[in-house]
Amino acid sequence: MVLRNGFKRAGILATGAVLLALSACGQGSTTKQPDAGGSQSSGPANIKIAYQQWGPGTVMKKFLTAAKAEYEAANAGSTVEIVPIVASENDYYTKIQLMMRSPNTAPDIVYEDTFLINSDITAGYLKPLDDYIKGWEDWNQFEETAKGAAKGQDGKIYGIPDGTDTRALWYNKQIFAKAGLPANWTPKTWDEVLAAARTIKEKVPNVIPLNVYSGKPMGEASAMQGMEMLLYGTKDTLYNFDQAKWVVGSQGFKDSLGFVKTIFDSGLAPQPKQSLDPNWGNKVGSDLLPNGKLAIALDGSWLYNNWMKSGAKPWPQWSEVLGQTAMPTQDGSGKGKVSLSGGWTWAIPAKSKAPDAAWKFIQTLQTQKNATRYATEGAQIAVRKDVAADPGYKSSAKSTQFFTDLVSVTVYRPALPEYPKVSNEIITAMEAVMTGQSSPEDAAKNYDEAVESIVGKDKTTTESQ
Amino acid sequence: MTSTIAPAVPGSVDDKGPGPVGPPRGAKFLKMLPLAPSIALMVVFLAGPILYCLYAAFTNMALTGTGAAEVKFIGFDNFRKAFGSSAFINSIWLTLVFTLISAIIGQNTLGLGLALLMRRSTKLVRSLVGTAVIGAWVLPEIVAAYLLSAFLNSEGTLNVILERVGLNGQDWMYGAPIIAVSIANIWRGTAFSMLVYSAALSEIPKEIEESAEMDGAAGGRRLWWVTLPMISRAILTNLMLITLQTLSVFGLIYAMTRGGPGTKSQTLPLYMYEQAFSFSQIGYGTAIALVMLAIGAVFSLIYLRGLNSEAA
Repeated sequence: MVLRNGFKRAGILATGAVLLALSACGQGSTTKQPDAGGSQSSGPANIKIAYQQWGPGTVMKKFLTAAKAEYEAANAGSTVEIVPIVASENDYYTKIQLMMRSPNTAPDIVYEDTFLINSDITAGYLKPLDDYIKGWEDWNQFEETAKGAAKGQDGKIYGIPDGTDTRALWYNKQIFAKAGLPANWTPKTWDEVLAAARTIKEKVPNVIPLNVYSGKPMGEASAMQGMEMLLYGTKDTLYNFDQAKWVVGSQGFKDSLGFVKTIFDSGLAPQPKQSLDPNWGNKVGSDLLPNGKLAIALDGSWLYNNWMKSGAKPWPQWSEVLGQTAMPTQDGSGKGKVSLSGGWTWAIPAKSKAPDAAWKFIQTLQTQKNATRYATEGAQIAVRKDVAADPGYKSSAKSTQFFTDLVSVTVYRPALPEYPKVSNEIITAMEAVMTGQSSPEDAAKNYDEAVESIVGKDKTTTESQ
Repeated sequence: MTSTIAPAVPGSVDDKGPGPVGPPRGAKFLKMLPLAPSIALMVVFLAGPILYCLYAAFTNMALTGTGAAEVKFIGFDNFRKAFGSSAFINSIWLTLVFTLISAIIGQNTLGLGLALLMRRSTKLVRSLVGTAVIGAWVLPEIVAAYLLSAFLNSEGTLNVILERVGLNGQDWMYGAPIIAVSIANIWRGTAFSMLVYSAALSEIPKEIEESAEMDGAAGGRRLWWVTLPMISRAILTNLMLITLQTLSVFGLIYAMTRGGPGTKSQTLPLYMYEQAFSFSQIGYGTAIALVMLAIGAVFSLIYLRGLNSEAA
């Protein structure tokens, strides 16, 4: 009896304590609100900038450190804190999303992949930049397509792009010579790509013939460099813009998974367990290609930043050893070649405590000089006209012209808030196929069902445009 | 009988008779006061998150997209989605297989076996074996996972040994991932069962075993008819604890296989992590956590029922 009464009272007390604590929290956040988003004097400010430190490369770190020095010298008393987030692709997104949820942890500037930006805009994490852009002359230098890269569905701009990229096949001419394949390789169909890989497997053993990223550990790289580079070479797509619906049940999707199955089943690709290593992307760039262990890589325009002086694995001969050729469409129809483009943007979180200073820093990052420097050192395809026209940029790498030309055939992912979820389903389907868990048909069927549950059955169609 | 002694106990004034005499209410209240902070802490940090989890499981909460901007109550949709998804059913199945192989069969019988053998061995052997087994248990989960990865991978120690004796090794973590992580969990967790059983066995009076032997019950028969029934409560308690521990194993599997290849070792905790943090679906992830809680509760009920019938 005594005990029970005691517990009751303790319960009441505890509830009271919780209520108190809660009301204290509530007050805390309401009093904090004004200085979080509101007017900020132009005095000195501390800003935090978060970006992904991916692999051993330090290009971005060096670039930001130099910009930080420039900014701090120009704005006495201000400080810039560079926060590298060391994480694989998907983990990076999770970490910055968690940071952006609370005003206590939100950085003032984040590096956002365009594939996620609409999703994060919908989540309310990002601040529209239109008021800032109004007074910014440099904005006119940006290509129209690039301006759209970080546009929300409300038509506002939420990020400043610092470059884009295209994708194609990189191949090792020395291995090709050993296999008796031409140094000037231009495959016209998927079958010709497979034929070359088979020849290499036969004539040059101990070399991985063809790498196509696949499976969950490589995240968006699998979806974009892998699956979508295949899918957009078929007659089908992910999204039908005319009907504003997601495409399900397409033959192209099954065929693309079929391609994945073919290369993994017949040993043309790396072993599945190699491909499922989360660091596989680093290995391709800093070990397999420079050491001649991989003949053909379906990969991005930026790949050579691994081999620059400041890169993870300096390799000056790369431009002699490696050739680039466009990824062909399935049967050579259409434009005959396919490429996808993405890119990253600098954005300001809605919960930033110093958005004005953050904007100032973004401007520093995007002076013509700095933008050119990053496009050159960061192996980017320029999104600014003045950078693209810069002779230093044009001659920065042997592959620059090739990848810039691909912009004429490139496709952008459907940058919709649902895209990241759909992308997860794509890589799940790939992994099921490459490990032999599912046939391409079954994996495609699971994908269709998943997409229907993500976007709703009424937002799907069986017709690609 | 005792009541005649009671008044002699100094300070006890309660026993004077029926009725709510006792100390005034204020005093009782004061007695409880020191407990209040700890109870408040428990409510805030234990009950709070559990209630929040319960709430989140019925919403579309997410790390990005619409579910992050406005959290909406969506009823049982998360659960409907889970039970309609083959990936979820697969992970329930794997969780049960993992628990059965690694805890109920592996850790439990191996722990019992070791405890029985160590009773009869010399002190030196006992301390050597004990140190080795408990060493595995004391190691941090991640370290254990890396050790086992080195042991089980395609060029690992196990395959080297197998090849020496003329058997074909295989890539355990790729070819049979759920077996590989089960072996790891057995290796790591056996010490707990061994300690529980050692304690229980030491409670059995020597005379009982001796008299059993006199009556002609030796070896396996004595184990089955005498020893095991005498430690049956310890067996049930141990089973309950290791089952609950094993259901929630995450770090070991994540570090060894990340739930892969494909989804071949994706138990419920890994599936939950992937959905909540890799794929940003917090609401769905917490719904899976609730299902896990329910599975744990079912196991506990079964064991508790066993314990109660033992007691009766």
